[in-house]
Amino acid sequence: MKYIDEYRNGRLARDIARQIALTADPARSYHFMEFCGGHTHVISRYGLEDLLPDNVRMVHGPGCPVCVLPIGRIGAAIALAMRPEITLCTYGDLMRVRDKNGWSLLKAKAAGADIRMVYSTLDALKIAEAEPQREVVFFAIGFETTTPPTALVLKTAIAKGLGNFSIFCNHVLTPAAIHSILESPDVSKPGTIKIDGFIGPAHVSAVIGTKPYEFFAEKFRKPVVVAGFEPLDVIQAVLMLVRQINDGRHVVENQYIRAVTRLGNVKAQAEVANFFELRESFEWRGLGELPLSGLRLRPRYAAYDAENRFSMVTVTAEDNPACECGSILRGVQKPADCKLFGRVCTPDTPMGSCMVSSEGACAAHWTYGRFRTKARQPDAGRAVA
Amino acid sequence: MNMMMEAYSRNLDVANGHVDLSHGAGGRAMGQLIEGIFHKAFDNIWLRAGNDQSAFTVPGGRMVMSTDGYVVSPLFFPGGNIGSLAVHGTINDIAMAAARPLYLSASFIIEEGFPLADLERIAESMGVASRGAGVPIITGDTKVVERGKADGVFISTSGVGVVPDGLDLRADAARPGDAVILSGSIGDHGIAVMSKRENLEFDAAVVSDSAALHGLVTAMVEAGGRQIRLMRDPTRGGIAATLNEIASQSKVGFHIDEEAIPVKPEVAAACELLGVDPLNVANEGKLVAVAAPEGAKAILAAMRAHPLGREAAVVGHVVADDDCFVQMATSFGGGRIVDWLSGEQLPRIC
Repeated sequence: MKYIDEYRNGRLARDIARQIALTADPARSYHFMEFCGGHTHVISRYGLEDLLPDNVRMVHGPGCPVCVLPIGRIGAAIALAMRPEITLCTYGDLMRVRDKNGWSLLKAKAAGADIRMVYSTLDALKIAEAEPQREVVFFAIGFETTTPPTALVLKTAIAKGLGNFSIFCNHVLTPAAIHSILESPDVSKPGTIKIDGFIGPAHVSAVIGTKPYEFFAEKFRKPVVVAGFEPLDVIQAVLMLVRQINDGRHVVENQYIRAVTRLGNVKAQAEVANFFELRESFEWRGLGELPLSGLRLRPRYAAYDAENRFSMVTVTAEDNPACECGSILRGVQKPADCKLFGRVCTPDTPMGSCMVSSEGACAAHWTYGRFRTKARQPDAGRAVA
Repeated sequence: MNMMMEAYSRNLDVANGHVDLSHGAGGRAMGQLIEGIFHKAFDNIWLRAGNDQSAFTVPGGRMVMSTDGYVVSPLFFPGGNIGSLAVHGTINDIAMAAARPLYLSASFIIEEGFPLADLERIAESMGVASRGAGVPIITGDTKVVERGKADGVFISTSGVGVVPDGLDLRADAARPGDAVILSGSIGDHGIAVMSKRENLEFDAAVVSDSAALHGLVTAMVEAGGRQIRLMRDPTRGGIAATLNEIASQSKVGFHIDEEAIPVKPEVAAACELLGVDPLNVANEGKLVAVAAPEGAKAILAAMRAHPLGREAAVVGHVVADDDCFVQMATSFGGGRIVDWLSGEQLPRIC
């Protein structure tokens, strides 16, 4: 498979792993946070942590847009979808997330709501065109990667004069979340939680470039390597981070040179800026209210803003108090540290944000890695050799 | 077909007509439909007898019986359709007991307005599949429901078969040290169906692997029947679900090797596009066998000599594990669990 097999070569990965083992200073430890859920998924799915020496550890970050969407916004979407005139279009993995009453879009669909799973924003637009008697709302979520397609679909809807199409905007921003993590007391106070560097998400940087991370690298003295989502990309990024730490450097490096530049996709940025503006604050599930971390439609596009058009109400709702997702999203705790993990909280019955999407840290650990937790116990089952 | 049937079956406009409620009402129209489409496609001596049931001779030995419902969407996909799938699926369920399938029944629930031409295509492919497999459809049922109360057509098939003497395959029979043998590449059927699904259409040179596996099973049994502990066809949920089922029923674990599992490049590419794992994707013409280590080599050789098992491979082995984990060594030298799918297979956002 052109452009995929090249980045899944096991022999090359083992070569890079050997280089990491040779390069890492045995007298020190290295903790790297992969911000993006896509990286978490790849690390778990390919068992990459098994290739790293014991003193090089990965810390899973908050970068799963489904996981960080607050329960209240899910509840608002479900309430909207239950209105008879509404057709709600959504990406697949949002369907399972529960609101404070235990309802999900899947459950609402079974109860009669017109909820349609789509694979792109344009699929939602096609529905609006084909069914002009319906009010079609696209449930827009995601980081900077998925925002340009939402801008594009709005542009197209306006050009076509579609009056029955609108957006429920939940787009959030990566730099704001990284900033919040680095400034949280857990991370900023010495000795509490160690993050020595970041693996930055390549798809986000394909849009915003690598430049927005330069500020963090400098201010917090943490190296950042923007990396692709293939296993070889990730393991190469780890080697690049180890080298920076050894050299005492803290700059932004670009592992994903095949698609990412320093300035990113300027045209996409302009389209986003035309349609969206910053919210003063946006709630992140597990992290709380983060200033300037979310986007909404500009007032001139209010007619296409479902929140405005349908007077949507979002009610803040708390996660289970025993849930440790907040700590897990900041890298302070690991999934298996949470007492709900694997007992009442599994991918089939997710209690907290890290378990709701397959890209969440808890879901990834449950699905791919829980034999390791078992292996640490005295009566352990055998792990793969 | 008798003369009277021939006389009124001329009124069945297969090319342009649609199923209406009268086709399920038990009257003349229903007779036309059954004679003109089903009996014509399935033609055999049992159906020609025209009874509400079929009598057949029961050979000696242990009988197996299986039934399954088919609700696939879309109804037609590369490499097959709901009809051929319904025949192959039930034959395979019987064959997984190492049994020789003997007879099938077929029940149709058809939505009002369904094109007769499509129904004929489906029935003809069932006839071809059952004749090809040597397993006749000897009885059946037809119901028509109002528009909106079904999705085109639903088919249920049941089958009976007989197990050769001395064989007793059971779900709890896997033992540590046993070999896990897979008959070929995974995910072909699921990707072929998804490639034609509404809102998801994409170009993929993948056809369904839908096939009747009893011939392959016969070859395996001849090569080492008593060494076969159990067999399963990994349909919905893919081989991940099948291995987890066996693990929990036999109270063992599995160690499998990612590099040993054949996945066609085009299937792998489609899985990437959709964000799904080929281990969770459905198959309709593949089997997983757990065999005692001393018999694995001969069974594998017999499978590879059969057209439906050319790519057969030992993909892992059974281990003792109270947690019943299915663990996989990845192509990178790391380890991971292969878990059940949680809920419906949903694509990731990014």
